[in-house]
Amino acid sequence: MSTVTESRGPADGVTPDTTPPGGKGGRDVLREMDNPHRVRAVKDVVAKVVMWFAFALAMIPLVWILTTVVAKGVHMLGSATWWTGNQRNINSDDFGGGARHAIEGTLEMVGMTTLIAVPIGIMTAVYLVEYGRGGLARAISFMVDILSGIPSIVAGLFIYAVVVTTFGLRQSGFAASLALVLLMIPVIVRSTEEMLKLVPNELREASYALGVPKWVTVVKVVLRTAFSGIITGVLLGVARVMGETAPLLILAPYTKNFQRDLFNGNFPTLPMMINQDRGDLALPAAAERMWGAALTLILLVLLLNVIGRVVAHFNAVKK
Amino acid sequence: MAKRIDVSDLNVYYGSFKAVEGVSMTVEPRSVTAFIGPSGCGKSTFLRTLNRMHEVIPGGRVEGKVMLDDQDLYAASMDPVTVRRTVGMVFQRPNPFPTMSIYDNVAAGLRLNGVKNKKTLDGIVESSLKGANLWNEVKDRLNKPGAGLSGGQQQRLCIARAIAVQPQVLLMDEPCSALDPISTLAIEDLINELKNDYTIVIVTHNMQQAARVSDRTAFFNLKATGEPGRLVEVDDTTRIFNNPSQQATEDYISGRFG
Repeated sequence: MSTVTESRGPADGVTPDTTPPGGKGGRDVLREMDNPHRVRAVKDVVAKVVMWFAFALAMIPLVWILTTVVAKGVHMLGSATWWTGNQRNINSDDFGGGARHAIEGTLEMVGMTTLIAVPIGIMTAVYLVEYGRGGLARAISFMVDILSGIPSIVAGLFIYAVVVTTFGLRQSGFAASLALVLLMIPVIVRSTEEMLKLVPNELREASYALGVPKWVTVVKVVLRTAFSGIITGVLLGVARVMGETAPLLILAPYTKNFQRDLFNGNFPTLPMMINQDRGDLALPAAAERMWGAALTLILLVLLLNVIGRVVAHFNAVKK
Repeated sequence: MAKRIDVSDLNVYYGSFKAVEGVSMTVEPRSVTAFIGPSGCGKSTFLRTLNRMHEVIPGGRVEGKVMLDDQDLYAASMDPVTVRRTVGMVFQRPNPFPTMSIYDNVAAGLRLNGVKNKKTLDGIVESSLKGANLWNEVKDRLNKPGAGLSGGQQQRLCIARAIAVQPQVLLMDEPCSALDPISTLAIEDLINELKNDYTIVIVTHNMQQAARVSDRTAFFNLKATGEPGRLVEVDDTTRIFNNPSQQATEDYISGRFG
């Protein structure tokens, strides 16, 4: 039998009948080789345990948040007026009313944000990946990096300085949308960029070789191929801004009424509704409303995610 | 439909690097011309200059003249997009559009250039697929994704896609190097049929393939790595493989190097 199997056996001290290559030291080498097997197995187990532990640790806050919010907020969602009413003439310690004003407001504001940010973001990414060369592209890429690091409250202050201080306009839902645009653009640019880079160059060449102009290639081949990935990126952006509160504090003061006009006056949103009731947590009615609004916000993001995934699925590259 | 290509004294550069130097040759219409030579000798690069695809790579440019019958491909007024509509290309790896069905892949070149008439498209898709010997295999699943076909079928799909825009010339850049022998045979048969209608230029690493499919063969070589590639000689395929006039060609085809 081979010397290797013998020295791996339980009788580790047994001398092999042929001297392994390397002469006298060979036995030691074999013994050392024996060890790494066990060491590797131990390392494997340790790594597995650490990994699962880290995973569990990461899941704790998520599960905790979800269970808390669901437990405390779910009965509000079943109340008669939650999906239809607003908070008009309802004081902090009154029960009743609904969140429809804030749901509509949040959707409208984020819708406006998406409408502005998505074309800008996607076109920027297309420029960076398909056209941009040299200094300008590097400068833009750098700016996007900076933009993605801007604290949301600073974005809010900036828009306040532009819209209210410089142009003398009133605070409004639209002003808040503009601040959210600043937060959403870098998310969309970065994710779209990654998706466009994943489109194989062979597809572009195939299209050019058919005598298709570059812009048609970009629109009909490149963007089309990356479409489902781009949708995912847009969703990330929407999720990022939907719960954003700081710019709203500055730009879109809360109202308990229905207010569908984005351009004039106070504007109701779910984060601001949460913020409103947060101050009166001692009152059961306010606490209830706050958790209800929190759960509604989570559900809204979830719903948009599901819709986006369905859309992406039906447009995904078919295998 | 086929046209003659006349190349005179062509240099190809990528940035400041001279990739190909001093190529002059004629490609006869309705025939198959094969480019052979060791890796890096510039045969693919030269091929791409015949429909200006080298310009897709940043820094790619040429000096010299390429005439397609009486059209100068590099005239200032010539749009590269127009050139590529006249001179089609099939690539090394089959590259059907992954988001499109078999039908849409073949129709892509026309649709993306604005042809919408369903009847016209139907007709061209059918004739192109028949032309690429693929019709019988796919006629019942035209709406299935093109990426679901086998490698050899995908390559024939790409050929169908290329001939759907009715080019004058068809360039093939190692079209069989990613395929198994059976699919290779299918493509070679197809090339034999296509040469009745098109001018075909094929780059191949496989000398037997060049001997099998081509009427004329051009041998490219380079002196050393980093030096530009050159055309050593171009002649009838039988002559190149039996009695070449250059020693380097003789050495290459007899397997002494490369």
